[in-house]
Amino acid sequence: MVWLLLFSLVAVAVAPLLGPTPLDPMVALQSAWAQLTGQPAGDPIAGQILALRLPRVCLGWVTGAGLGVAGAAFQGLFRNPLATPYTSGVAAAASLGAAGALLCPGLLAAGGASSLGVGAAALAAALAEGGLLAAIAIRTGGLRTEGLLLAGVTFNFLATALILLLRALTAAPLQLLYLDRWLMGGLDVVGWEWLPLTPLAAVGIMALLYHTPALDQLALGHDLAASRGVRVERATVGILLAASLVTAALVATTGPIGFVGLLVPNGVRRLLGAGHPRLLIGSLLAGGGFLVLCDGAVRLLAAGSAGGELPVGVLTALLGGPLFLVLLLRSLRGPR
Amino acid sequence: MAARTGATETPVVIEIRALTHTFATVPVVHGVDLTLRAGEVLALVGPNGSGKSTLLRCAAGVLTSDQGTVTLAERPIGGWRPMERARMLAYLPQHVAPAFSVTVREMVAWGRHPYRAGLTAHDPQGGQIVEGALRQMEVAHLADHLFPTLSGGEARRCLIASALAQEPRCLLLDEPTGDLDPPHGRALFLHLRRLAGERLAVLVVTHDLNLAGLFADRIVLLTAGRVVAEGSPGEVLQADLLTEAYGAGLVVGNHPMAPRPTVLAAP
Repeated sequence: MVWLLLFSLVAVAVAPLLGPTPLDPMVALQSAWAQLTGQPAGDPIAGQILALRLPRVCLGWVTGAGLGVAGAAFQGLFRNPLATPYTSGVAAAASLGAAGALLCPGLLAAGGASSLGVGAAALAAALAEGGLLAAIAIRTGGLRTEGLLLAGVTFNFLATALILLLRALTAAPLQLLYLDRWLMGGLDVVGWEWLPLTPLAAVGIMALLYHTPALDQLALGHDLAASRGVRVERATVGILLAASLVTAALVATTGPIGFVGLLVPNGVRRLLGAGHPRLLIGSLLAGGGFLVLCDGAVRLLAAGSAGGELPVGVLTALLGGPLFLVLLLRSLRGPR
Repeated sequence: MAARTGATETPVVIEIRALTHTFATVPVVHGVDLTLRAGEVLALVGPNGSGKSTLLRCAAGVLTSDQGTVTLAERPIGGWRPMERARMLAYLPQHVAPAFSVTVREMVAWGRHPYRAGLTAHDPQGGQIVEGALRQMEVAHLADHLFPTLSGGEARRCLIASALAQEPRCLLLDEPTGDLDPPHGRALFLHLRRLAGERLAVLVVTHDLNLAGLFADRIVLLTAGRVVAEGSPGEVLQADLLTEAYGAGLVVGNHPMAPRPTVLAAP
């Protein structure tokens, strides 16, 4: 756990230095200090670069941390290590919301494509889907997680089909380009306009941390959990809503960034064990650090290429995949 | 009721009266009465589908019955707050498979849930109690092993240790010997006997009539959701009663080493 904390801190400290224009750590520190204290910056260029990179690093940490926690929670709830924050269909719903905002000219004035409007539409759609899933859980007694899993997968397909339908009906190439970029997921924000969404994610994360003892019991099966004093139905709905809230708040800004929510909890589980209190906190630290570093690497790679930045989701998969395979092979070789 | 000598003085932990439970219009348990006292091992036997597990789940408060009452320590089981109830009563379903690889110590520590959940919970004795439960069920040497790597007997002992970590007054077990070989099954029932000796009330659903006959204080024989016999092993494990419950095919004899009945399959 201490190592994960260190990893996360180092990642956040190093990431602002990474990019097409390298920054000297001392200059960056002076510049950051100057910005904080309101003094005139010693190096104006360094100050401007920092002002661009810092929001991005912060968004990256929050997103990685939130997706890590939400992934761990969904895996526990569904009793399935293959579940992700997107398994429940929340991200697909957010994508549908974004597609609606981008492709239906009536909903959004052209030119506002990258702004708050898309995020708001994505958030609204994602929250609606999370609420719908929770309503299903309440109606069915919350006891059939396989059913919930299937409902989530169905929502995924429905949303994907509707997005394809919208695309087929649209004849605006620029908007389609925007949509494709959004669907790839990315942290290339300018400024801090995403900040109002973080309290939502924070509330969801707190709720999930509160539910970690119940997640431990639910991993043993519903009957045993109920006999140990867990109100299974209430806990299921609470975890579902909280994890959906976290995912919705983050995906609304960044679009669906893949792999973090699947890999990070599985990796942390191999390092720290299956107990959910440690697993969720570990996934928070590891997820934040991991995504921040991946995004830094994206900026570094962009420096050497003519084609602009890669979507960070490509790199999370490329870096995370082999790392996870190593962990997996090590844990399969014998008992810890 | 066939109360054994002295049994009337021990406190009643679970009292079930006229309990009926129906699954989708099919009644599974029919007007069952059952009393579980501190310090006894009560075996619940009967053919497949006779309603044993459903009755046990009702007794554990996991399932709410349609009619009749379940009383835990003189209070209706629905009247207990779930956390409080879990400090009185521990229940183990027949199959417990954690979704993720967890160590034995962690698994046993999860039994402390009723004492640890909630924002203000404080469980200073928890660690000691977990270690005690590990030793009591003779799995302390396996504490750092992963649960899925245990043998059937070790896994079952580990699960009972996790139930003991709840510090319950009664233990409800669904077929704990179902996947154990005969010596491990015997060892498990010896453990249950010892726990009953420490004033725990033990209600165990089992298909092993011989282990029930050897180690239970009382046996309740259930058929098609009704109690057809109740009493000491000698009173319940009789050829006519068993034929009524299971049909033909069983022979009752005497144990060569103990004044207890044995049940064999007919040739």
